[in-house]
Amino acid sequence: MANIMHIQNNERFNRANIPHLGFDSFRKELLDLAAKGGQIVQFFAYEDQGTYKLLAVMRQINKLFVTGCNAPDNFESLTADSEKFHMFEREIGEQYGLKAEGHPWLKMVRYHKNYTGKKDVFGNDYSEDIPGKYPYFTVEGETVHEVAVGPVHAGIIEPGHFRFQCCGERVFHLEIQLGYQHRGVEKLLQTVPFKRLPIIAETIAGDTTIGHSLCQAQAIEALADLKVDEGASIVRTIALEMERIANHIGDLGALSLDVAFNPPAAYFGRIRGEYLNLSQILGGNRFGRGLVRPGGVTHVMGDEQKQLLRDKLAELTPEVEHVNDLIFSAPSVRGRFDGTGTVTYANAEKIGLVGYAGRACGLPYDARVTFPTECYGDLPANQNKKIDGDVCSRATVRREEIMHSTVLINTLLDRSEEAASYIPQEVELAPDSFVVSINEGWRGEVSHCLLTDAKGDILRYKVKDPSFHNWTGLALSLRDTGISDFPLCNKSFNLSYCGFDI
Amino acid sequence: MLKVIKNRLEQGYRTSKYPKEPIELYKRFRGLPKVNKKCETELVKRCADACPQDAINTETKQIDLGRCVFCGLCETLSQGEFAQFSSNFEMGTSSRDDLFTHGDLPALAEHSKKHFKKLFGRSLQLRQISAGGCNACEADTNVLNTPFFDLQRFGIQFVASPRHADGIHVTGPISLNMRQATITTWESIPSPKVVIASGACAISGGPFHGSSEIVGDLNSLIPVDLYIPGCPPHPLTTLHALLNYFK
Repeated sequence: MANIMHIQNNERFNRANIPHLGFDSFRKELLDLAAKGGQIVQFFAYEDQGTYKLLAVMRQINKLFVTGCNAPDNFESLTADSEKFHMFEREIGEQYGLKAEGHPWLKMVRYHKNYTGKKDVFGNDYSEDIPGKYPYFTVEGETVHEVAVGPVHAGIIEPGHFRFQCCGERVFHLEIQLGYQHRGVEKLLQTVPFKRLPIIAETIAGDTTIGHSLCQAQAIEALADLKVDEGASIVRTIALEMERIANHIGDLGALSLDVAFNPPAAYFGRIRGEYLNLSQILGGNRFGRGLVRPGGVTHVMGDEQKQLLRDKLAELTPEVEHVNDLIFSAPSVRGRFDGTGTVTYANAEKIGLVGYAGRACGLPYDARVTFPTECYGDLPANQNKKIDGDVCSRATVRREEIMHSTVLINTLLDRSEEAASYIPQEVELAPDSFVVSINEGWRGEVSHCLLTDAKGDILRYKVKDPSFHNWTGLALSLRDTGISDFPLCNKSFNLSYCGFDI
Repeated sequence: MLKVIKNRLEQGYRTSKYPKEPIELYKRFRGLPKVNKKCETELVKRCADACPQDAINTETKQIDLGRCVFCGLCETLSQGEFAQFSSNFEMGTSSRDDLFTHGDLPALAEHSKKHFKKLFGRSLQLRQISAGGCNACEADTNVLNTPFFDLQRFGIQFVASPRHADGIHVTGPISLNMRQATITTWESIPSPKVVIASGACAISGGPFHGSSEIVGDLNSLIPVDLYIPGCPPHPLTTLHALLNYFK
C-alpha cells in the first residue's frame, strides 16, 4: 500500500483502505507534500475503538490525497517545518489533548474542554471565563502601545477579540483571539439524531448556509448511495452562486462605507437584499434555509420561479455594474484601496489562503474548477488578473465574481431539466467508511469530512470553514499598516467568526 | 461627480411604505404556520417525530415557534393537512408561552408594557449582542438600516455602546464563551431597559439546543420582554415587532 492515497471529492472509501502509517512517516509524507505546494484540506484527530488517530486530507494542484496514523499523546509538530499546519495542530491539541511539541504558537483556538479528559494542552481548567491562560504576543519599547478591541464590537457583528501592538498609528502586529461563538457544532453533529443534521449544517455559518449544507448533503449522498437528479443540481448551483453574489455585493457596499463614500453603500445595501429575496423565491428563505437536503432539493424551480429570477437579474445587473463603476472609478476610493493591507504571494502560499483572499494574492485555487461538484464541471471559470494581494485586489476579485456568477445563473436558468419533487427519506450510511466533501463557498473552500463506524453511525464529523485558513491572512495584512485601516482590511476579508468557532 | 448624480437618479426612492401599506412576500416564504387542530393524532405524531427541532407537541397539536426553524418539513410530510406556513411575517410576542401556537398569536401591540411605549415610543436605542449566533440573525437585523427598511425613520437605532442604549437585542444561543460578555453588556445599560430575544437560538437554543457549550435560552439568564421568532427572523418580522411593541 502506498503511503498516501489519491482520492476524489465526494467519493466514498472503506476506511481500511486509507494508508495507516507510523507517525514519523506520516509526518514526512505530509511535509513532503506541503513542500511541493500541497495545501491542507483537513487535518484532525478522532477516536476509533479506544485508539486516537490522526487523519489528513491534502490537495496538490488538482489532486486530493489522504493518509493517517495513530496519534501519539505528544508528537513532533509539523508547524515547526511548515506554517500550513499551525491552526490545525492547535485545534488537535484543544479537541483531543494531543500536544504538538515544538509548535511555535500553541494557543487555544476556541476555549473549551477537550473531548478525551487528557491533561489540558494549554494549562486551563475552564473555571475562568474565556480566554483563560492565554499568552498574548506583546511588543516592548518606549513608544509601543497596545489597543484591545472586543469581544463585543460597535456594530451589529459577531464577537471576537483583537489586540494591536502599535507604535503611534502604525501596527506592528495584530493578534486575533476567537472562540466566543463556539457552540460545540462537531460534537452535536456526532451525537444528535440524524434528522437534526441539515439544520445544524445550515447554521454553521449563516451567510454560507448553502455552502455548508451542500457539503453535508453531498457527503451523506456518497455514504448512503443517494443519486441527485440534474434538475436538483441546477437549483443547488444557482443557490450557491446567489449566495456568492449577495455576500460580495454587501461587502463591496460596506468597503465603500469604510472609506466614507456613502452612496454606493446605501445602493448595495438594498441591492444585496434583492438577491436575498431571489433566494427566497427559490426556496422560501432569504439565506437558503430548508432548500438543500440529502438526495436533492426541497423546492422545484418551475417556469414561474425561473421567469421571476430572469427578470430580476436583468433589472439588477446593470444597476450593479453602474454602482461598481461608481466605486472603482472614484479617486478617493482608489486612494484608500490601492496598496492597503497587502498579503504577499509567498505569505499567502505559506499559510494556505483560500477563496477570493487567496485568488487576490495570485493563488488561483477555486474548488469549482479544481474539484467540481453539481453543475460546475461544464461551466466556465473566472480567472482574475489583479493579484496584488491588497484591499483593491480582494475587492476587484469580488466585483468580477459577481458578474461571473450572474452569467452562470443565467446559463443554468436556460437549462430545461426540472428537479423531481422532494420526498423525505430514511437513509442508511455505509459502515466503516470515509468521505471528504469540498465546495467553493463564497468565502472559499468549505469542507466536511465524515467517518462512520462498524454500525454505520457517524464516528467523526469534521467541519472546516474557509475562515479557518484566512483569519491568519487578516492578521498578516495589518502588518505595518495604519490602525485606522483595520476596518477596511477586515471588511475586504469579511471572515466568519461562527464558521471558525463552530 | 456626474456618476454620483447618474446613479442617484437610477436608484431613485426605494423606502418601503410598510407599515402604512401592507407588504406581500412571495408565496414560498415560510412565515406564521396555520395549524389544523382537528388533524389526526397519528399524522401529527409523524410530523412531531420527524421535526428536526422537536417543536411539535402531539397532545396539544401546537407548534413552538420559539424552537421552530421554519424548515417546512411538517407541511411537506402532512401535505398541508397538519400545518401550512403562511406568508404572514408578523410573529413577535411578549410572552414565551404565546409562542406555543396553533397559528393564532395575540396582537402584540396590546401586550406591550405601557411604560415602555411612553419611555421608548419616540426614541429607542438598542445595543445588539451576537452571542453564538450564526450571523444570519445579525445580517437580517443589519438590513433594517438599509434604505428599503430605513429603521431610523421610526426613531429606532442600533448604537455602538451599551452606555448609549435603552436595551439589548440578543441573537444566538448564548455560547458559554459569550455568557459573561452578555451579562456585562446588559449591566452596563442604565435602567429602565428592555431585553429582546431574536431568533430561535436566543429563545430556545435553536439548532444547537442540547449542546453543552451553550446557555441556550436568554430568558434563563436575563428576563426577556420581547420575543422575535424565526431562523433567522425576516427583517419585516423584526420591524413589525419593534413597531408594535414600542410605538
